[in-house]
Amino acid sequence: MATMTAAETGQSRLRPSKPTGFLSWVATTDHKRIGILYFWTVLVFFFIGGVESSLMRAQLAQAELSLITPEIYNQMFTMHGITMVFLVVMPFAAAFFNYLLPLMIGARDVAFPRLNAFSYWFYLFGGIFLYSSFFLGGAPNGSWVGYAPLSSDAVSNMAFYAVGLQILGVSSLASAVNFIVTILNMRAPGMTFMRMPMMVWMALTTSFLLLFAVPIIAVALFMLQFDAVFDAQFFQPASGGDPILYQHLFWLFGHPEVYIMILPAMGIVSEVMPTFSRKPLFGYAAMAFAGAAIGFIGFGVWAHHMFTSAIGPVPRAAFAVATMFIAVPTGIKIFNWVFTMWGGRIRFTTAMLFSVGFVSMFTIGGLSGVVHSIVPHNAQQHDTYFVVAHFHYVLFGGALFGLISGVYYWYPKVTGRLMSEKLGKFHFWTWLLGFNLTFGPMHMSGLLGQPRRTSVLPGELGTTVETYNLLSSLGVIVLAVSASVFLYNLLRSMKHGEASGDDPWDARTIEWMTATPPKVHNFDVIPVITARDEFWHRKYAESDQHIPVAVPVGASVDHDEHDGDVGHIHMPDPSLWPAIHTLGVMPLGYGLVYANWLLIGIGLVWMVAGVFGWIIEPLAEGDDDEPALVGAATH
Amino acid sequence: MNLGSDSQADARHSRQPAPRPGRRPGRRPGRRPGRIALLLGVALVLAACSGEQNALDPAGPYAQRPHDLILYVFGIGALVFVLVQGLILYTSFRYRRREGDDSMPEQVHGNTKLEIVWTLIPAIILAAIAVPTVQMIFEQMDEPEVDFLTVEVIGHRWWFEYYYPDYDIYTANEMAIPVGMPVRLEMTATDLARSPDLGVIHSFWIPRLAGKQDLVPGHTTYLNLQADIPGRFIGQCAEYCGLSHANMRARVEAMDMADFETWVAAQRTPATVPADGTLEARGRELFGDLGARQACASCHQVWEGNGLRGPGQGPDLTHLMSRIEFAGAIHDMTPENLRAWLKDPNSMKPMQYEVNGIGMPNLNLDDDELDALTAYLLSLR
Repeated sequence: MATMTAAETGQSRLRPSKPTGFLSWVATTDHKRIGILYFWTVLVFFFIGGVESSLMRAQLAQAELSLITPEIYNQMFTMHGITMVFLVVMPFAAAFFNYLLPLMIGARDVAFPRLNAFSYWFYLFGGIFLYSSFFLGGAPNGSWVGYAPLSSDAVSNMAFYAVGLQILGVSSLASAVNFIVTILNMRAPGMTFMRMPMMVWMALTTSFLLLFAVPIIAVALFMLQFDAVFDAQFFQPASGGDPILYQHLFWLFGHPEVYIMILPAMGIVSEVMPTFSRKPLFGYAAMAFAGAAIGFIGFGVWAHHMFTSAIGPVPRAAFAVATMFIAVPTGIKIFNWVFTMWGGRIRFTTAMLFSVGFVSMFTIGGLSGVVHSIVPHNAQQHDTYFVVAHFHYVLFGGALFGLISGVYYWYPKVTGRLMSEKLGKFHFWTWLLGFNLTFGPMHMSGLLGQPRRTSVLPGELGTTVETYNLLSSLGVIVLAVSASVFLYNLLRSMKHGEASGDDPWDARTIEWMTATPPKVHNFDVIPVITARDEFWHRKYAESDQHIPVAVPVGASVDHDEHDGDVGHIHMPDPSLWPAIHTLGVMPLGYGLVYANWLLIGIGLVWMVAGVFGWIIEPLAEGDDDEPALVGAATH
Repeated sequence: MNLGSDSQADARHSRQPAPRPGRRPGRRPGRRPGRIALLLGVALVLAACSGEQNALDPAGPYAQRPHDLILYVFGIGALVFVLVQGLILYTSFRYRRREGDDSMPEQVHGNTKLEIVWTLIPAIILAAIAVPTVQMIFEQMDEPEVDFLTVEVIGHRWWFEYYYPDYDIYTANEMAIPVGMPVRLEMTATDLARSPDLGVIHSFWIPRLAGKQDLVPGHTTYLNLQADIPGRFIGQCAEYCGLSHANMRARVEAMDMADFETWVAAQRTPATVPADGTLEARGRELFGDLGARQACASCHQVWEGNGLRGPGQGPDLTHLMSRIEFAGAIHDMTPENLRAWLKDPNSMKPMQYEVNGIGMPNLNLDDDELDALTAYLLSLR
């Protein structure tokens, strides 16, 4: 093969090799760089999703306003939902998992580095594809749940939704497989399951949820897309199809999806709280198993999203009980977090504040969740702003608070500098205020009769509802100010932040044991794990009263002793093929939306060619893992 | 309105027995003093609110029972809220690191007994709310045990159509019901009359009378409601149904049985045919024939007593003036509004006739035609 010949000649152009510059980011297979790419892409989409919600809140600030047309409003709430779920919260978690999982389990990278890049590019192109719809006749306007048969009507533009989410689903599936294999196979010696950081447990649970849930929505989206574009009749009652089928498929994915979004944040909080309380996580085993239990039960409660749909009293009763049941493991987690703090010496850094905020706000979302399971009254709450309040307390007050806590906590790990605590605390308190001001009043406006997804606030709902809506809209202004401070803090601290050193928080887990920012190969020498919270135990012994006593300097090995002189470490080579291959999904996607066979053909050929390029790509020069292969004439 | 005694007799002797006011199936609210003490805080919040489309102000047993149950759950929820948030705040203050304190806390890894306690207590609380919930699910959905009125509800983009099978009455947006009698709604959704083509999902919701229930094309769903006091109860479509979802309102007019019977009798009379040569007569002519343009009558029915009374694609207009609002109950039934609607329906309510045939087309009526048609509509009392 020509490629092998090139290898023989010792050329170094076989794989992209520049360590810096634009192309180095496109070709990167380094899990840390991919994590950073995820992070900044998430911030862009978060900004867009925020703009969409601001437009909606402006329109609803007073009754009977007409700042934006119903056409625009319906696109805004649809895209806001899709963006925040699929382009912000999920990939935000992926950013953390990418950057941190290998560091936390003592690995040099993920199991499949090029597949990891592939996941990122699929995510990016999926997001761009969805947003390109704005320039191609309007964004999807059939709501983020995309209920058929409204969504198979061409006026709802939901073909972009069906294909766009399919693309994002591929990204999620590939990531899930990658993380599962990485966690199962690449832990450092001695890191048993029960010694893994809780974040790794939650990543594992989340990945399994994705692995089983994404194929279900893939089926639903496939059927929806064929209904919308190729006149199939899966959800058309006139030809024997059934709209309820779509709802079952969507929520059989959609409910585990809720836990896919919240479990990573729970993992982050479970790392932040012990560090700043200076105590180990309370009830580690219960926390791990409660997470897994939530994952399991999460697959058995989907129809609670359909309590007012065409289902009878028996499923309503069964799913009500199952839904209540899921509050038990969630309660276990909340009490365990509080008792992690109990008796500690809590340092209220910004990261810790966001974690405590998470527990507090998520509790509110959990309580209103139990209220939803009261089926007879759910008929009043369903599809009102009470529900909007509930899931924002879970996903904003919960997931986002947790994820932002993680940003403040690991920022020094990534950049070597601390974020400003002063600005951080301003961010936290305004964020908490703005969040509650925006979503707290929605509980009331919902109970007072305001349905969601309505492009106008009817005057007949009364002045009480108007007041609550005005408060919600004002809250968005507070949040916008708060988010700007956060962004400024992020950018400014990269250059001007206080240098952090390797272990600024006196942390417990091994990602803080290595250099900050970490070297490409993460650890000069892979540490041997002897305990949960390995790094802590290398720094502290325990007295008879279980009080930590610092180990004298030099007596422990809290850093790699080789000091950089470690000879050659085999690391994954950069590759352009993941980006090239995944770009083919763009023509394929547009082809599927417009039923254009030429584009479909181009996309398919492109992607298949990309796969071949990927497969036959040679190793870079000088790889010493399989020296026998270098220079071998055949493969 | 000239009511013949015949039509009243018709109402009494229709195919099915005429409804009689029945026993109220609801339990009397407010008989649980223990709970009421618990709910004081909640009640204070809720007392401040009363509006027409208000789920916290039930006016019939099908709204009252879930309301009682939810107050009980809100009470427990409030208790849990105070306990957990109190615990979080207490822990945060009590165990914050003090300035200059560099001591280390005891390394506690867990406490099995405590963990069992906070697994079991929530489980017991949940069981305590699960039992009444499950009981009530069946109570709310079962066919009422006393005499009830049946109304068929058909959701269209973007208006509700009502059909009274006992009386062969079609109407739209505003549903008349007798006070004190259960009403069972048989519901489905379609955009073409009685065919499952093209329909999308809607949800019928009058918060003060009952919770919501989706209307699904190809399915029949049921909802029980009852008003214990006369009055106008408002609501709106609660399942997103596209462009004008926000403009799809619903009303229930609850009236005493005598008034209801009068209403039924009036609805069962044919429309009055205007005298020849009047403006109304000219309007009636245009209603049936607009030349090359689509005639009003191709979608809307005005039943004049001959032939079957059947559903149209648009709202039945036989007794249009008996309704207070039109266009999905978003506009008052005034001559000015009607004329503006006929002139340019899309400016009064966003619709998609040009895109996919949903809604009312702009018929490009000239001023004379507008005057005549408006006059005719105003004569449909």
